[in-house]
Amino acid sequence: MSSSSLSVQGLAKRYGDFVALAPTDLVVADGEFLTLLGPSGSGKTTLLSLLAGLVPPDEGSVRIGSQDVTYAPPYERDIGVVFQNYALFPHMTVEENIAFPLKMRKVAAAEAKRRAREALEMVHLPHIAGRYPRELSGGQQQRVALARCMVYKPSIILMDEPLGALDKKLREHMQLEIKRLHREMGTTVVYVTHDQEEAMTMSDRICLMNAGRIEQLGTPADLYFRPRSLFVADFLGESNILPAALRHRSGDEVEVRLGTLGVPGRALANGNDLPPGAEVRVMVRPQNLTVVRNAANAADGLQGRVSEVMVTGSLTKVYMQPLDRDLPPLVAAFPTRNEADAVRIDDVLTLSWSGRDAVVIADVIADAARAAGTA
Amino acid sequence: MAMTRAAGAKRHSPPPAWRKPVLMGAPLVLLLVAFLVFPVGQLLMLSVHNGQGFTLAPYAQLFASSLYVTVLWITLKISLATTLVAVVAAYPVAYLISIAKGPAKSRLIFWVLLSFWTSFLVRAFAWVVILGRNGVINSTLMSLGIIDTPADLLYGFGAVLVGMVHAMLPLAVMTMLAVMENIDRTLPRAAGTLGARPGTAFWTVYFPLSLPGVAASAIMVFVSAIGFFIVPALLGGRMETMITQLIIDQVQQTLNWGLAGAISVLLLTVVLVVFVLYDRVFGFASLTGESAVVRNRDTAMRRLGGRVLAALGSASDALIGMLPRRHPIRGRSEKPVALTAFVWLLLVLISLPAFLMIPLSFGKGGLAWPPSGFTLQWYQQLLDSPIWMQALWRSIVVAFGTGLLSMAIGVPAAFLMVRGQMRGKGAMLAFILSPIVVPRMIIAVGMFYVFAQMGLVGTVLGLVIGHTVVAVPYVVMTMMAVLRNYDTRLDLAAQSLGARPLAALRHVTFPILGAGMLSSFLFAFATSFDELTISLFSSGGLSATLPKQFWDEVTLQVSPVIAAVSTGLLLFVATLIYVADRLRRRSLAS
Repeated sequence: MSSSSLSVQGLAKRYGDFVALAPTDLVVADGEFLTLLGPSGSGKTTLLSLLAGLVPPDEGSVRIGSQDVTYAPPYERDIGVVFQNYALFPHMTVEENIAFPLKMRKVAAAEAKRRAREALEMVHLPHIAGRYPRELSGGQQQRVALARCMVYKPSIILMDEPLGALDKKLREHMQLEIKRLHREMGTTVVYVTHDQEEAMTMSDRICLMNAGRIEQLGTPADLYFRPRSLFVADFLGESNILPAALRHRSGDEVEVRLGTLGVPGRALANGNDLPPGAEVRVMVRPQNLTVVRNAANAADGLQGRVSEVMVTGSLTKVYMQPLDRDLPPLVAAFPTRNEADAVRIDDVLTLSWSGRDAVVIADVIADAARAAGTA
Repeated sequence: MAMTRAAGAKRHSPPPAWRKPVLMGAPLVLLLVAFLVFPVGQLLMLSVHNGQGFTLAPYAQLFASSLYVTVLWITLKISLATTLVAVVAAYPVAYLISIAKGPAKSRLIFWVLLSFWTSFLVRAFAWVVILGRNGVINSTLMSLGIIDTPADLLYGFGAVLVGMVHAMLPLAVMTMLAVMENIDRTLPRAAGTLGARPGTAFWTVYFPLSLPGVAASAIMVFVSAIGFFIVPALLGGRMETMITQLIIDQVQQTLNWGLAGAISVLLLTVVLVVFVLYDRVFGFASLTGESAVVRNRDTAMRRLGGRVLAALGSASDALIGMLPRRHPIRGRSEKPVALTAFVWLLLVLISLPAFLMIPLSFGKGGLAWPPSGFTLQWYQQLLDSPIWMQALWRSIVVAFGTGLLSMAIGVPAAFLMVRGQMRGKGAMLAFILSPIVVPRMIIAVGMFYVFAQMGLVGTVLGLVIGHTVVAVPYVVMTMMAVLRNYDTRLDLAAQSLGARPLAALRHVTFPILGAGMLSSFLFAFATSFDELTISLFSSGGLSATLPKQFWDEVTLQVSPVIAAVSTGLLLFVATLIYVADRLRRRSLAS
């Protein structure tokens, strides 16, 4: 593992009785792009503010590089922050905005001007140096905010939902732009968003947060294919989550009972000590469901009646209600086909999946552990 | 049947596009033309036309002796000093209010508003009691043995300055606050993350953004101060005579309308020059708290300003650096303790004078400090006095009338200014705000002249019209601020659901705007209730309003009944602010 540029230990913040951030550990590697993802109120912005030094923590410590900065004011940390509303100074021109951090670092005026121009070129806006922020479009303001942050090459850049105010197309464009700048600069980035797609496309690792704590920390693939909790499985991408009972397990492979059906699955580390018969959940992604052709009997798969068919483009989503009424409705995604053999409403299909793609989550245990932890 | 209904719907020819804006704006424009432009024009005409023909005699008289120029100079000196002190003192107060949250903020605003709405007369009179020979300061110092004979604190420049600053401070705070509330709080924080120390962040980021507020506040204070006569008349000596006092003399004693007109021209010229300069630099829009944008592109000036601010920033950072560094307490955000203490001290100082009236009103010893014994006799006298009771009743009637008329005329105009799409909106706004710009004394004298010809002197109607002219700009400004925050799509939604425009107003717009409209009404009500200048002339000899009666009492004979009246007024204002605040909160909660 490369050297860490940021490490957090037992960091916590409360507002009265409200736990904004439970004691949290986190290590970010040098040059890494880490995303803090989570619903609103999950603690991601609190964590970012603690890293930036905008609010003091209740306990724990923050190190940037080799320096303890837990109680250091923002101007003594080697950081840059891109704010949600950009926070460009309205009374300064674009160039003055970008030169501001250099001026604070006592860089000579001529040198500051040169570097500000350079930064503007990096964000492809060399011609707007003399304008005021209000004369710029949202996308341009965003780029100026990025340039202002990069111009003094802080060792960490913190971004708080920087693309939240932009429309979809511009947002996707800026995502690429930020990735490019991250690659070119090699700076460590901690990025806050509530948009899971954005997190998946941009991050080296995602730190998924919920209710003031880290739910799971890992690569996008880790979180997507190997969710450790029901929350993660549900939050990231579309998923079918079915109640089941554990039948038996050998190593990673397990078999669970789904209604009257025995199906294979893949167990995860946190369910190691589960006894047979324990209640678990099975998570299967819609695109991993397949239709069993010429199903001979009920044991071949999960039978259900199609309730809705939606063509979304290259994929067709098929919603269906299992014939076993105890199970919740499912959604499957198939490549969109010709009309001739397309699925229709009220068709009865038999679905199955490979054991690799079914994740067994011992969520009951995790919930119990959490309940015990907070009590 | 949808089809038949659609086919049967009446076909209106579209009303002419000019009709609606004219209907909404015309009443206000007509009022101002008839009772502001015409009277002031008449007064100014009187200075060059003596009934027979053109004359410059009043101006010859004006410049014949050095008296009038000297008085103008004194007026400017007092106004400038007042502006400087009031703005500097108001800045920390407004700043603290803008960063405070929740109940702390409401408390701060309550005390500023209490001073703001406590009658100018009560506050000025309180200083007479504090600074007088037997006043609070002298008797305290004497009883402590610090001095043997009472010092002459009253009737001097210092007393006038104290009284003026006290009178103007709340106005300075409220005007500045409108701009400071709109400054994005993340900007100074962003400066911090970019490497600026607190002092530098304040001087190079926050302060420049607050400058339009400082400027707006300065001009409001200056223009109010230059037309003020209560404080210099009560607290000043001969050397502190201000120019408005000369106008009163000319009208009430020598009946020299020509000279009164000439002095008014002089005063108006000064004010207009100040305003034109202001508009050049900051723009009028910043007066209403709207888009405080610095349009300063003059690079030489900017660079110099930037350097000065950067130096100030470094200096304050060096100063902060010399203080022992406070270790942040775990989990507690740092609070600006020194600032909070300073602001509360100021608020206590500006509230205290009026509160001194309370013990005096129950004391047996009259207006001498310290109060002794307990009696209700002053209140008894007050209630038994038909003059005071009539004045009170008249004031309430006039204030209600003013509130209703200002709303009826001002609210449609505010709608027009915010939503209407037409050319010349800026000019129209400047015209609507002109009753604030033109010194009140000039309006009052001009109005008196016109009212006398129309037989309106001494009538309730005359007072209501007069007070509406000066109250309506505040109604328009308050309503404009409210309307700007109102989502017009709600009206469209109501209309799309089948509400006709009037029904949409009644069921959607007004219920949502209720709190804002109430505060506009109260603004107009309070303005009228405390109005003295217009009432001084136009209420006639026998039918005084409460402030006029108060004024007559304090200038002719001082009696402890004044303390009882002051206490009553203070209580009345405090209740009014409290109720308005409660209503506002309830309307937001529901």
